[in-house]
Amino acid sequence: MSIPKKVFTKGNEAIAMAAINAGCHYYFGYPITPQNEIPEYMAEHLPAVGGEFLQAESEIASINMLLGAAATGVRVMTSSSGPGISLMQEGFSYFAGNELPAVVVNISRQGPGLGGINATQGDYFQSVKGGGHGDYKLIVLAPHTGQELYDLTIKAFEISEKYRMLTLILGDAILGQIKEPIIPWIPEKISGDPDRDWLITGAKGRTPRKITSLFLADGEMEKHNWHLQEKYERLERDDVMVEEVDTEDAELIVVAFGSVARIVKSAIAQVREAGMKVGLVRPITLFPFPRQTLLDVGGRTKKFLVVEMNTGQMVEDVRLSLPGDCQVDFYGRPGGSVPTPEDLYDVISETYTAQSSN
Amino acid sequence: MKQVFKRPEAMTDKPFHFCPGCHHGIVHRLVAEALDHFAVREKTVGVASVGCSVFLYDYFAGEVIEAPHGRASAVAAGTKRVLKDHVVFTYQGDGDLAAIGTAEVIHAANRGDNITVIFVNNGIYGMTGGQMAPTTLLGQRSTTSPYGRDCHRDGYPIKMTEMLAALEGPSLVSRVAVNTPGNVKKARKVIRQAFQMQIEGKGFSFVEVLSTCPTNWGMTPQAANDRIAEEMIPYFPLGTLKQKDIVDVL
Ligand SMILES: Cc1ncc(C[n+]2csc(CCOP(=O)(O)OP(=O)(O)O)c2C)c(N)n1
Ligand code: SF4
Ligand SMILES: [Mg+2]
Repeated sequence: MSIPKKVFTKGNEAIAMAAINAGCHYYFGYPITPQNEIPEYMAEHLPAVGGEFLQAESEIASINMLLGAAATGVRVMTSSSGPGISLMQEGFSYFAGNELPAVVVNISRQGPGLGGINATQGDYFQSVKGGGHGDYKLIVLAPHTGQELYDLTIKAFEISEKYRMLTLILGDAILGQIKEPIIPWIPEKISGDPDRDWLITGAKGRTPRKITSLFLADGEMEKHNWHLQEKYERLERDDVMVEEVDTEDAELIVVAFGSVARIVKSAIAQVREAGMKVGLVRPITLFPFPRQTLLDVGGRTKKFLVVEMNTGQMVEDVRLSLPGDCQVDFYGRPGGSVPTPEDLYDVISETYTAQSSN
Repeated sequence: MKQVFKRPEAMTDKPFHFCPGCHHGIVHRLVAEALDHFAVREKTVGVASVGCSVFLYDYFAGEVIEAPHGRASAVAAGTKRVLKDHVVFTYQGDGDLAAIGTAEVIHAANRGDNITVIFVNNGIYGMTGGQMAPTTLLGQRSTTSPYGRDCHRDGYPIKMTEMLAALEGPSLVSRVAVNTPGNVKKARKVIRQAFQMQIEGKGFSFVEVLSTCPTNWGMTPQAANDRIAEEMIPYFPLGTLKQKDIVDVL
């Protein structure tokens, strides 16, 4: 397939483009702002690659169509925003229990309730702490630029297949709507291994298989749960992604993810120019959370500031990860009003100065 | 000696867990016979619903995906989009299909998704212990309608076959029963036709099977069987309400 060297495109389209280039030929979804460019792109482009786009009657249906398709081993994706993601939680739990891979995109919007369509990070808890029933996790990726939306979409398919787990890409209206230059690329592998021993393809010449999350025999359910936990531990060991900027000499570390991390980067560049030693830790995988990185960084630097576009969600995981003698401040807004680099310059420099005088 | 009766190939030899007199076993067998008839067991995917038939995968000798409660038609829609040359069917109870999963089945039917839906209507929530279903008859007692179903509070028993027959999408919409040998024969034929519709690519086929739940009806198997004729069929009349053109090769 020939692809353009560089495209100038919206984040939502970058996700859709990456998905198709990663071999995702099936998409099921239900319209919701601010992610509509994803289904629209899929509807326009999937027929050309012999794939299928289907507009479902609800997000409950989309996630279950995804489940039915994922069981056959093909790459599949759906996307939505907060209210729709809430409806999918039941399905997420079944994906976890059934151990099926697929990719879900949440271009989140303000809540609770119908909320607003502006950017927010209010769905952090829902993404990483569950939302559906049972003792399960999703793999959660948090891109912060258009290019990263593209790259992590490809990564999402690969990692979901590696662990047989649903992978959620958590973005927001800023990332989905902003237009940026993106360099598209095609991964080496554009499909999962056809020999996987759980694929539902009809039982031609072999023992029939079943996809189930029901375990009633004595001890079986516990065993299954331990098996799932083992995967989550493996993820924490092998597949954490995190970006560190200027943490070596930092006296204050800001922790931020997604779109707001990008604004934090601009603010940090300014405070560095003003001579303040400030660094950034940016979790790229929200689950598995970069606990070890924070533990290491917290061995050197004792002052942290968590910045989120919510009223304090990831900050809990940061506090749990850091050594007990670290001080963790928080700056957050519940979305809708995006902090400017200048706002964050003030917050960061105030926190920094307060620390220096300690 | 000539063998005159045997287990269908599309069925495992695992003994049913169903209660004595439950019609689920008969319906399972009729589905298996239809799959044998078309010799499609090895290219069939069943979608199990949540209810007494959740163990479909233990009895059907083909591949099965378990769906969340009510979502079987959506799961099947997804599977069929990928496995277009396969036979994909769901097997759903009345709580599953006509309450929590109403939206999913209506839209699968309306899209004409090329799947077959077997709808087992026993007018009760069997698996959870006999609560009122959307198909529970007026006046019928259940654990959650202890004084009988009341139309002012609970509405009327829902007629899924009539509702789905009103849509353009389906190729076949029919209601059958398996309470007498004659009705079993008719049901066998209709279930076969339903799969034939799918195999011929004619789109969504739906067979409602009136079914007993002696355990939760508080009846002997015989009395439960009689109740199908005396109470269920008068309210849920048997027959094919919609059938797109088909060359009858059965
Ligand atoms: C979301 C959800 N709600 C409720 C249940 C509990 N539940 C399991 S089976 C069932 C009803 C089964 O009745 P039906 O579909 O009529 O099947 P039957 O057992 O009668 O064959 C219910 C309510 C569930 N598993 N999931
Ligand atoms: S509870 Fe009812 S539906 Fe379930 S197996 Fe027993 S008789 Fe059949
Ligand atoms: Mg029932």
